[in-house]
Amino acid sequence: MSFFSYASPIAARRAFLGKSGLVLSGSAIALLAGRDVLAAKAGGSKASDTNILNTALAAELEAVAAYQVGAESGLLEKPVLTLAAQFQGHHKEHADVLAKTIQQLGGKPVAAKTKYDFPTSKLKSQADVLRFAASLEKGAVSAYLGAVPLFANRDLSKAAASILGDEAMHWAVLRNALGENPVPSAFVS
Amino acid sequence: MLEGAVLVAALAAGDPAAGEAVYSRCQGCHSLEYNRTGPKHCGVVGRRAGSVPGYEYSPAMKKSGIVWSEKSLERFLADPPKTVPGTTMTYAGVPEAKDRADLIAYLKQQTAARCGG
Repeated sequence: MSFFSYASPIAARRAFLGKSGLVLSGSAIALLAGRDVLAAKAGGSKASDTNILNTALAAELEAVAAYQVGAESGLLEKPVLTLAAQFQGHHKEHADVLAKTIQQLGGKPVAAKTKYDFPTSKLKSQADVLRFAASLEKGAVSAYLGAVPLFANRDLSKAAASILGDEAMHWAVLRNALGENPVPSAFVS
Repeated sequence: MLEGAVLVAALAAGDPAAGEAVYSRCQGCHSLEYNRTGPKHCGVVGRRAGSVPGYEYSPAMKKSGIVWSEKSLERFLADPPKTVPGTTMTYAGVPEAKDRADLIAYLKQQTAARCGG
C-alpha cells in the first residue's frame, strides 16, 4: 500500500515504520536483516542515506526548538498559537521517524543541541514570529527538495517527499496568516 | 560546470538582489549570523572550509583543504556531495549557474554589510 494512501499522519507514520521496521525496498529490507552484502549488491548506500537522514533530523530538531521559542515568546495569540503547536508536533513526528529510521539502518541519530541560536532579539510581534517560522519552513522545503534525489533507497526519497509536502503546507499557512499570497508560484526551488 | 573566462564573467555578473531570493533555499539549515544545522555564512568568502568556531563539521569537510573563493563556492554549490563526498550538506545543489553567481554575490554583499566584514 502506498505511503500516500493513509488518511492520517499516524497511519502514514505506521506505514513508514511498519510493524517491526521500515516499509522499504528489497535492498533496504536486506540491510535491516543484517544481509549487508546483498544490500550492497543492490546498490544500497547506507552511509550516504543515513548521512542525509541525519542532516534532515538535525533540521527537524531545530524546527521543534524554534517553534518552542515562538510559543514561549508571548507574542502568539490563538488561533496562531494553536497552529504553531500543531506544526511543532509535526516536526516532532518527523524527527521521531527519522531517528528511528537512522537507527534501523545502523546509524546513530544526531541529538538535539543543548542550545540553539535564534534571532530572538528581532522577534517583537506575532508577525515577526510568523515571518521567522515561514523562512524556516520555506528553507526546509528547499532542503528536502535537494535531498530527495540523493537517496540511494527510493523508498526514503518517497518518505522525504511526504515530509516536504507537509512543510510546504506549513509555509503556505504561515504566509496566509501574514496576509501574503500563500502559494506564490507554481514551483518551489 | 563553467570554466575559465566564462566562469569569471558569470561570477562578476552576480546580482546580490537576485541572490537574496536564492538564499531563501539555504535557510532551512543556514543563516548569516548563527551556526545552525549548517555553519554560519558571515565571512564565508576567503574562509578555510571547516573552520567556523563552535560548529561540528564532517571529517570530510575538515579534511577538504578548500578555501572558499568565488570559484570554489561555485563548484561546491553546483553539487555539494560530489565536490566533498561525505559532507553533511546533503543537498543536490543549485543547478543554475546564474543562481549560483547571484547567491555568491549576495553572500559577499551581506558579509560586507552585516558581518563586520
